[in-house]
Amino acid sequence: MVTRTAELESRGADLRGASRTIGAVLPFLALLVFGLAFPLFGGGYWGVIATRACVYWVLVAGLNLVVGFAGQLAIGWVSLLTLGAYTTSVLVAGNATPALHPYLALAIAGVVGAIFGLIIGLPALRLRTFYFAITTLGFATIVTQVALAWQSVTGGGVGVAGPIFPRPFDSQWGFYYLCFGLAAVCTWMTLNVAGSRYGRALTAIRDAEVAAEASGIAKPHLLALVFLFSGAVASIAGGLFASLQSYITPDAFTLDLSVLFFIAILIGGHGSILGPLLGTILLTVLPEFAAPLVAWSTFLYAVLLLVIVLAMPGGIAELLDFKNRRPLESGRAIVPRPELLPRLLGGATNAGALTLHQVALAFGGVHAIDGLDLEIRPGQVHGLIGPNGSGKTTTLNVISGYYAQQSGAVKLNGTALPLLERHRRAHLRIARTFQTPRVVRSASVLENVMIGGTIDGEATFVESLLSLPRQRRDEAMLREKAMLALATVGLERLAAVRADRLQHSELRFTEIARALTLRPAFLLLDEPAAGLSAEEIGRLGALIVAIAKAGTGVLLVEHHADLIFDICHHVTVLNLGKMLAAGTPAEIRSHREVVNAYLGG
Amino acid sequence: MVASIVSTGLAIGCIYALIGITYNVMFSASRVFSFTAGTLGMLGGVLGALFIARLGLPLVVGFVLVLAAGAVFGIITEIVAVRPVLKSLDQHLYVLSTLALALMVQQYTAIEWGTEARPFPRLFDIARGGFDQQYWLPMLACIVTIVGLELLYRRTLVGHAFLAIAEDTFAARALGLPERRLRMASFALAGVVGGLAGFAGGEMLLAFFGNAPLLTFYGFVPVALGGMGNNRGAVIAGLLLGLFQQSANFLVGGIFASVAVFAVFIIVLLVRPEGLAGASAQRRV
Repeated sequence: MVTRTAELESRGADLRGASRTIGAVLPFLALLVFGLAFPLFGGGYWGVIATRACVYWVLVAGLNLVVGFAGQLAIGWVSLLTLGAYTTSVLVAGNATPALHPYLALAIAGVVGAIFGLIIGLPALRLRTFYFAITTLGFATIVTQVALAWQSVTGGGVGVAGPIFPRPFDSQWGFYYLCFGLAAVCTWMTLNVAGSRYGRALTAIRDAEVAAEASGIAKPHLLALVFLFSGAVASIAGGLFASLQSYITPDAFTLDLSVLFFIAILIGGHGSILGPLLGTILLTVLPEFAAPLVAWSTFLYAVLLLVIVLAMPGGIAELLDFKNRRPLESGRAIVPRPELLPRLLGGATNAGALTLHQVALAFGGVHAIDGLDLEIRPGQVHGLIGPNGSGKTTTLNVISGYYAQQSGAVKLNGTALPLLERHRRAHLRIARTFQTPRVVRSASVLENVMIGGTIDGEATFVESLLSLPRQRRDEAMLREKAMLALATVGLERLAAVRADRLQHSELRFTEIARALTLRPAFLLLDEPAAGLSAEEIGRLGALIVAIAKAGTGVLLVEHHADLIFDICHHVTVLNLGKMLAAGTPAEIRSHREVVNAYLGG
Repeated sequence: MVASIVSTGLAIGCIYALIGITYNVMFSASRVFSFTAGTLGMLGGVLGALFIARLGLPLVVGFVLVLAAGAVFGIITEIVAVRPVLKSLDQHLYVLSTLALALMVQQYTAIEWGTEARPFPRLFDIARGGFDQQYWLPMLACIVTIVGLELLYRRTLVGHAFLAIAEDTFAARALGLPERRLRMASFALAGVVGGLAGFAGGEMLLAFFGNAPLLTFYGFVPVALGGMGNNRGAVIAGLLLGLFQQSANFLVGGIFASVAVFAVFIIVLLVRPEGLAGASAQRRV
């Protein structure tokens, strides 16, 4: 009966999902029709502007994954446009090599761009935001200087002629359709990525990096893919740009262009495709309406940037997000349905235990944990309590790889877990939640929960770019699993709501749903009851018990002694990093030192 | 030849170091790196040329006005681009807001002052010769700044307050220090240092709007290599950068010198992201 309800509801959600998809696709279709029909009513000069908007969008579409989705402030991305423009032009002109066919040259530019995208982007893995922004800026300066000085190849300040693409793309409208076609393809591809586990993983890296790692997302790998893609399309845009300009000099690639690309994305809004697309069109077209303003355009872009940052960080995408402005019903209750757990976690067979042997970790002179032994058995709830600063969360962080213990070992089925490899923990089916919920605030609840299942997807990045069958299977599977997890914790009615609209308690259950989507063999909960009402704590307790009954080993770090004593099979009490007591709840409750220390007799 | 490389290198290095100190002074007070650091250097040169060469003001008056303009721009930066986004430091909005402000000033300069580099007036009427004023002025400015800042930080009450804010903002506020006013004062001070850098290096760098992004980049290298907030590290790294750049300039030519500086910068950062002197790792969970 209950499962049937869940199925019905998930079908209802599918239907709602379908109408949402139509609503989401409509603006793109309108733009497609408009773009295809443009030559019918656009004059000659407007043709150039429209072509330019298409070329810019090819670049911005890729950059959007870097800036808007992954949140990496790549300010100097114009360097890749420069690189692509010169690579294509020089290869076609035959300054350094035998003259190549324009398409071949454009393809080579794409490959070169991908490589340089990776080179410029990779420092992002090690560097803080401002550092990364500065390195991309430095790279942009240097590419222009090289173009200026390498006269034998680039023509120096005199420049080089841009490529002319063969028939039928040699006429103005022919070339427009070439650029428009590529822009459409880029839109389609980035939409595919945005709707895939890769897109969700990128936003997770941006807004909740630790949660992304805990869900098994390997940031280096993912960013590398995105930088390759983004570099390739930016460089191809460069080749088209050179052809559009018909003659290029280093002056054509000022930082102003970079700022334009960057601001188009910010105006559009983080994690949106439509927003930055509209932003690009807007910024390309705007100066044309006000000829006297052309000299001031960069100044105005900068003003716009400041206004957006200060006044509307959500950008156009947030303005257009009508459905999330509808008020949510008030007084909603979270009613978990633990009976769905066997279906969700089914097959999470789990023989061994997760053990800590004499684990010690000191920060400077402070012994955060000092020789701790712990065993988390499958199917049991292990409580970890202690006063503030006793090392509870530190223990959890050692297990999930955020800290490396200085001595001792953490073992799963007798095999030691690798130190610090956070994203590997998810592959071992160890999931966790956080003291302060870490969610992607701009994504829907469902998308947030789907992040938890990231490692179960099979499609490669290229498959998701092209929306191949395996990618679509992945999506259906992840969606179904996430809906089931949401139904289990009692949040399925909020699946489509943006996460930043939830109440605190709902965020806590969202995190649990995300962790459950991983089908965890071990689940580490960091103060899940904090900030919950008494009634909600009761439901949480029942849910945790059911999770353990389904076979998962649970480590529960908590301050609510009642909850601990009600549901735990085994309790460890920490004080100053050392084990003060361990045993069954009944033993702990009568343990003299524990009672004296803080149960308050 | 060697003498020329060394004196040019040291002079340029001093300018980079001063811009680095500009970054640091703002950073200590607010934990914010501001893109306006290089803009301040650019303004020092352009305003110096404007006041002294074009408007014909006396040297001292022009100099004081440049420093005052730097201070005002520093305060504006704090009010417009830093204070509103301080609460959301995690989202790194300050990168964008300070970038926006820097671009606005840079573009305004390009439009009003022109896009070509104009000469900066010779400040002292002495014959050009071996160790010319264009070399020793930046060095003098750097030495005066370093000594002045040391005296300020070690000897005065205000300086102690600056250090307290830099060490721990919350604790300083709990002690009752006027955090906001100290932050504004720091930005004003940074403005003075940045303006001084551009003024002292004016003859070498010329009065050119395009100096802003260059100084923003090359001035940040000493900060990144010397460690955030570490002024001595910035001076040493700045001087090394200047010498390295000039020798590379001489040995392999201009562009490849830039490429070499960039490559060294990236490699050092990748190997030691916290800079050559400095260590930091923060709790994230």
